[in-house]
Amino acid sequence: MTRPILEIKGLTTTLANSKATVLEDVSFSLQPGEVLGVVGESGSGKSMLALSVMGLLPKVIRRTAGYIILNGEDLTGSPPEHWREKRGRDLAMIFQEPMTALNPVMRVGDQVAEVLRRRGVPAEKARQETINLFMQVEIPSPEQRVRAYPHELSGGMRQRVMIAIALAADPKVLIADEPTTALDVTVQAQILDLLRKLQRERGLSLLFITHDLGVIAEIADRVLVLYAGRVAELASVRKIFDSPQHPYTRALLASIPQTKGPRGRLVTIEGAVPSVGTMPKGCRYAPRCTFRRDICEQEPPRLGIVGPSQAAACLQPFGFEQPQEEALA
Amino acid sequence: MSAVVSGLEASSQSPTWHAATRLLHNRSFLIGAGLVLAIALMALFADALAPFDPLRNSFRTRLLAPDGRYWFGTDHFGRDILSRVIFGARISLTIGILTALLTGIAGTLIGATAGFFRPLDNPVMRLMDALMAFPAILLAIAVAAVLGASVTNVIIALAIATTPHTARIVRASVLVVREQEFVLAARALGASETRLLFRHVLPNALGPLIVRLTYVFATAILAEAALSFIGVGPPPPAPSFGSIIAQGRDFIAEAPWITIFPGLAIIISVLGLNLLGDGLRDVLDPRMRT
Repeated sequence: MTRPILEIKGLTTTLANSKATVLEDVSFSLQPGEVLGVVGESGSGKSMLALSVMGLLPKVIRRTAGYIILNGEDLTGSPPEHWREKRGRDLAMIFQEPMTALNPVMRVGDQVAEVLRRRGVPAEKARQETINLFMQVEIPSPEQRVRAYPHELSGGMRQRVMIAIALAADPKVLIADEPTTALDVTVQAQILDLLRKLQRERGLSLLFITHDLGVIAEIADRVLVLYAGRVAELASVRKIFDSPQHPYTRALLASIPQTKGPRGRLVTIEGAVPSVGTMPKGCRYAPRCTFRRDICEQEPPRLGIVGPSQAAACLQPFGFEQPQEEALA
Repeated sequence: MSAVVSGLEASSQSPTWHAATRLLHNRSFLIGAGLVLAIALMALFADALAPFDPLRNSFRTRLLAPDGRYWFGTDHFGRDILSRVIFGARISLTIGILTALLTGIAGTLIGATAGFFRPLDNPVMRLMDALMAFPAILLAIAVAAVLGASVTNVIIALAIATTPHTARIVRASVLVVREQEFVLAARALGASETRLLFRHVLPNALGPLIVRLTYVFATAILAEAALSFIGVGPPPPAPSFGSIIAQGRDFIAEAPWITIFPGLAIIISVLGLNLLGDGLRDVLDPRMRT
């Protein structure tokens, strides 16, 4: 394996006042040109993970342990100014809400050009390059659209602008935080296709955050399943869907509505994600787990290798011989 | 949200343009703008409009009641009140505009600093609170008295008196805007803090300031009158609305026209500015948007 472009080791973030952990001991790596999907429910710490990597954690949350290594360089100890240098050059991010993530009083072309200019592209060239980028993200009549204000564009168009802005940074690592969640289903598919196309063409290393396993299946090479701030499972996308090892991953998969077979009640996971500060002592998923045993509540399970390119944090992973249907039934 | 992916007609109308269209349908803005425009034109073309020299004394025309020749009457020096009011608009509006401009700049700098750079918020705003504890007019009197009576000093005094409130308004709207996602998005692209403040936060936070400045403008005209009335305003013989009224004070029983007409001029300017401000507020205030 080549050297990872981004490596997270034992990342732990804590609420500054209550010492409650938001993310705990999160480790993973992102290879160049790879798409790593991060899945989890609301409150699982997905967005906090993204902000940690960007060095943009809100003031009330602190990184208390772990390393963030970008392209071989440890960023954890670096001053804010150095981190800022990385943003918009080596790191870029696409946000969930294209409605609110664009400056309403700036022409969208200027918002793209701003990023180019910061990389030292001269004004005239930046204008050309902006139109180029608009073409790459498949915005029709880019020459006119660069002069538009965000409110004049539809949600899908705005998200394309957001992607163009991120591409303008020509980042080593691109983080997409639920880029399709706020969009209509048809537009979602278009944006997803676009992102996948751009990722392949440019060999982008993409950290793709979502709560939608369908989206993960479409775009990711590997998947990181987060539960209540901890890694539940980390495996190739194929393994996640074919032989999930963590009960939580299974439950997530089982709760995807099926269009085939008899209709019944939607499968749900009982209970809710424990809130920050009220985490159970042992496995954080134990209270909702149907396979729970007494030892699960004693101490947190460590992320362990459970098969080729698959790791799960469970004391009793399912193993491969067990047919999947049985566990889902 | 619209599912239409490409509406091909790319009309490029800025938010400013949108606000402008809404303003043109706002009655209070139109009336206010009309009144202010009238006064402003009067001040601008005072030389052409005034029938007499506002400073020319004449014993023969002392304290004449309004008639066909002297529409607003004359004062105790025989000066034409109409001409003095027309020229007075010049000084009064100048004071209003420059005060609004000064307080706008100072208030924006102070308020934006306090609102955007968290550690400075408390020290800066507590200082502003302390200034605000003085009644504005008292503060203006004190400053004008210390600096001496002149148009410039009146402007400085009024700007100092109105800045704390302005700073507080700018700070409040900066606090709202800085938490919006596009600021985080710009930060995620490596924009520096100063760039964030001036390119992304401030342009989105200026609506309330514009409204505030129309009120400062009106307040300044009123305050100038008050300062003139108690003798710390622009020095005679140059006319301002306030100084004409102040000079008419001793003759208010025999020649009420000396005070009535500049008084009316103040009412019209202030009313116009307030209506203008109300209209702007209705259009620019996000809470009133539908």
